[in-house]
Amino acid sequence: MAILTKDEAKKLLDKVLGYSKADEMSVTLNGNRTGNIRYARNNVSTSGETDNLSLAVTAVFGKKVGSATINEFDDQSLEKTVRRAEETARLAPENPEYVPMLGPQKYIETGAYAESTAKINPEFRAQAAFDSIDPCSKKNLTAAGYMEDRAGFSAIANNKGLFGYNPVTSVDFSVTTRTADGTGSGYASRDFNDVSKLSTKEATEVAMNKALASTNAKALEPGKYTVILEPTAASDLIGLMMNSLDARNAEEGRSFLSRKGGGTRLGEKFFDERITIYSDPANVEIPGSPFTGGGGGRFGGGGVDGRPQEKTLWVENGIIKNMSYSRYWAQKNNVKAVPPSGGFIMQGGNQSLLDLIKSTQKGILVTRFWYIRAVDPQTLLYTGLTRDGTFLIENGQIKYPVKNFRFNESPVIMLNNVEALGKPVRAGGVLIPPMKIRDFTFSSLSDAV
Amino acid sequence: MRRRDFIQLSGLGMSALMGSSIPVLGNAVSVHHLLEPRADAALKKKLADVALNAAKSKGATYADVRIGRYLQQFIFTREMKVQNITNAESYGIGIRVIANGTWGFSATSDVRPEAIAKCAETAVAIAKANSKIQKEPVDLAPQKGVGDVSWQTPLKKNAFEVPVQEKIDLLMKVNDSAMKNGAGFVTSNLFFINEQKYFASTDGSYIDQDIHRIWPTFTVTAVDRQAGKFKTRDALSSPMGMGYEYLDGLASDKIPGPNGLISYRNSYDMVEDATVAARQAKEKLAAKSIQSGKYDLVLDPNHLGLTIHESVGHATELDRVLGYEANYAGTSFATLDKWKSKNFNYGSKLVNIVADKTQPLTLGTVAYDDEGVPGKEWDLIKDGILVNYQATRDQVKILGGTESNGCSYADNWDSIQFQRMPNVSLKPGTEKRSVSDMIKGVDKGIYIMGRGSYSIDQQRYNFQFGGQLFYEIKNGQIVGMLDDVAYQSNTQEFWNSCAQLCDKDDYRTFGSFFDGKGQPSQVSAVSHGCPTTRFNGVNVINTGRKI
Repeated sequence: MAILTKDEAKKLLDKVLGYSKADEMSVTLNGNRTGNIRYARNNVSTSGETDNLSLAVTAVFGKKVGSATINEFDDQSLEKTVRRAEETARLAPENPEYVPMLGPQKYIETGAYAESTAKINPEFRAQAAFDSIDPCSKKNLTAAGYMEDRAGFSAIANNKGLFGYNPVTSVDFSVTTRTADGTGSGYASRDFNDVSKLSTKEATEVAMNKALASTNAKALEPGKYTVILEPTAASDLIGLMMNSLDARNAEEGRSFLSRKGGGTRLGEKFFDERITIYSDPANVEIPGSPFTGGGGGRFGGGGVDGRPQEKTLWVENGIIKNMSYSRYWAQKNNVKAVPPSGGFIMQGGNQSLLDLIKSTQKGILVTRFWYIRAVDPQTLLYTGLTRDGTFLIENGQIKYPVKNFRFNESPVIMLNNVEALGKPVRAGGVLIPPMKIRDFTFSSLSDAV
Repeated sequence: MRRRDFIQLSGLGMSALMGSSIPVLGNAVSVHHLLEPRADAALKKKLADVALNAAKSKGATYADVRIGRYLQQFIFTREMKVQNITNAESYGIGIRVIANGTWGFSATSDVRPEAIAKCAETAVAIAKANSKIQKEPVDLAPQKGVGDVSWQTPLKKNAFEVPVQEKIDLLMKVNDSAMKNGAGFVTSNLFFINEQKYFASTDGSYIDQDIHRIWPTFTVTAVDRQAGKFKTRDALSSPMGMGYEYLDGLASDKIPGPNGLISYRNSYDMVEDATVAARQAKEKLAAKSIQSGKYDLVLDPNHLGLTIHESVGHATELDRVLGYEANYAGTSFATLDKWKSKNFNYGSKLVNIVADKTQPLTLGTVAYDDEGVPGKEWDLIKDGILVNYQATRDQVKILGGTESNGCSYADNWDSIQFQRMPNVSLKPGTEKRSVSDMIKGVDKGIYIMGRGSYSIDQQRYNFQFGGQLFYEIKNGQIVGMLDDVAYQSNTQEFWNSCAQLCDKDDYRTFGSFFDGKGQPSQVSAVSHGCPTTRFNGVNVINTGRKI
């Protein structure tokens, strides 16, 4: 069984640390049972299930670091892995930016594990796919979808007394439905920790309605439009900005947060004053990891950072309140080493998506974006396209489907052009409101459906 | 079938790969372990037969087995520091079967005979379970068994045999050269991959292949703190199907371009390129912002390769055309009716695009694909007309074919093989023409080098590409550097605006090392060859913004 209890994990990690001859040693243990089902053309195409339990050991001599990984757990294999990590460390070049490991830390419990998700079996997956395919077949629509479920845990420990354990379950589902003539396409995605909140039928119905409503789209001239971004669309662009809050890049002059003449824009008003974004691993709707690192899987790439994740305010009333730090850069600058957030919560209002539509005289409703790529890291300018449901809104109502647009826009400019924010919902692992934005730049048309 | 492990590169300051991550397959091992010999072919044949026999005895009408050992060594540095060295190995067996006319797949890292037999049984059981909802049985194009054969990427220096210290010394020299020539920051990286694949099938093939790939790359950043600006320039290298000899930097493989610019063919001088890159990154800080409008574009192979990849490579994948990727990568505008019409003008008459698994030194080249089909070359676009697709054995009958063109690939032993892109390349022109000759004929244009920002819609119509270096052409001459450049077009319109090709002496390959597709996502590596090519009247936008 790939999922160990907290006590079982601690016992195993203590045993591994007992073999250490290094100055410092940390160990990450990850166990996962993952399963998936994929379908297209209203047929299941692939389906599978994998168990994996793996251990990553990091040994340190002075400032020389080496790692080794294994998925066998007899005493001999464990000791061999420790020796291999030590050997690799001895041969490694010195890392001048190495910071000694943390001692014991206090971690919160996040409630990210749901037994319902851990119990998913092949029959459940087949039923979930059937619930999505069947209504599409009956309406002469074609479904292509994917569901992936995971139950697992991550445990970290080091020889300075640090220990953390975090059990997690998750399920991700997405479906694209297309009309038989290929002129309409709709999409819906859902992600939860607890699969009992997922109805593939409900999500598929949303996608089906969009497919049927989006046939024979009309072309509008590209230009600046008021847009209503559904949470899935908004989360992509805001998420890219939230991944760019690294203090070192800003202080080195190569970030959108770098200030002309040197320094950073920390503490400056950067966005509309309604913009407040924070992270909170204890949030019940998007529970995060209680600690940083440890999620590196079989390779152990994340390693044991071990910093506790705390509630962190990133943007408050439009002002940049925090940037993220590596432990090295924080120590060098003598500031608190705020770790990067796993997910984030963007505050909004009480309006539903429908309320936002009703209050719009003229605008474009965007279901999702596709193929977003950075154009200019200096201004966080991104390009990408709308996809699977783009509609013209006039006088508070959806008038007709429109052809997809390519956009060139920066989330920084976007968050200065806020008209209204709706009620936040979970999308792509974050909590984010649907948002109405003015002067969003669409620069060309696409024929893609 | 499982979550991938990734090294997130966002923290490593790699603009070349911004927004993406590097997949790591398998377990971290010591550097010595990477040099341990490959398992003996005779032993692998025995294990493969265990799987094939077990599958047949449970009712499979076809089975294939891949016993794979996948090695990776990645080195990451910034300025004068080594950030990370990863050595990883992944070893196991993947078994694919057809039972009741339906595919089944199972994989295991336990390569004892009894575990392999059990794995084969699982694959058959999955096939039988799924056959209950199967509407169309799998119809596999025939492939004659080839017996016991082996193949290796032609190598001069196995990169895994080169000491790590030598590699670090090279990267430190690269970084030092960049810093001395005006870079504020530099990251440099080496990626080495070795796939040791043994394929066997019930057709009677036992194929042992040893495949090597290499990718050296860097990003140089120049910063003007007073102005609050920074600019980057990525390496003009290409990932290759070669050994460490790609880094020899042979003078014979340097192609002199206009205005002292240098391009590299099959041998790369990383230190020289970093030196030039640092100067060019500084020059970019003061470059003129482009005026939007129509320009004639002169596109270097190190740039055009990516445009070919996105607008032709992905558009002619048959699985996309049929709808198998509809929920993720998307479908394609290059539908079967366009192909059947035999008159769909994908591009101008100059456009001849071939697919191949045979070009020497490229990423896609193997002797056999992952379902035992020999590598070959075929036309995708001939004299501008769409004439074929990329297909696997279970797809080719849809095209009325009787023989797969060999596009099956899986990125690891525990991934199921599916249709992946072969090399897709634009043939050079037959008239003698250098880059300088081409530029002489352009009145108002832009010469673009290097891979920049790229984005294309889910049916491959509308795209936008940036680059690394943009030079303004006025009245047949390069007059200076430009900034804030991206061009937007529609695939068919763009390829029909193809006006001129340089000749074979300018032909070079570009590569994509971590091309993603499928759910769960798999990567593959593929090359795209072309000469410098001119496109007339393309829409160019200004991407400059103020925040």
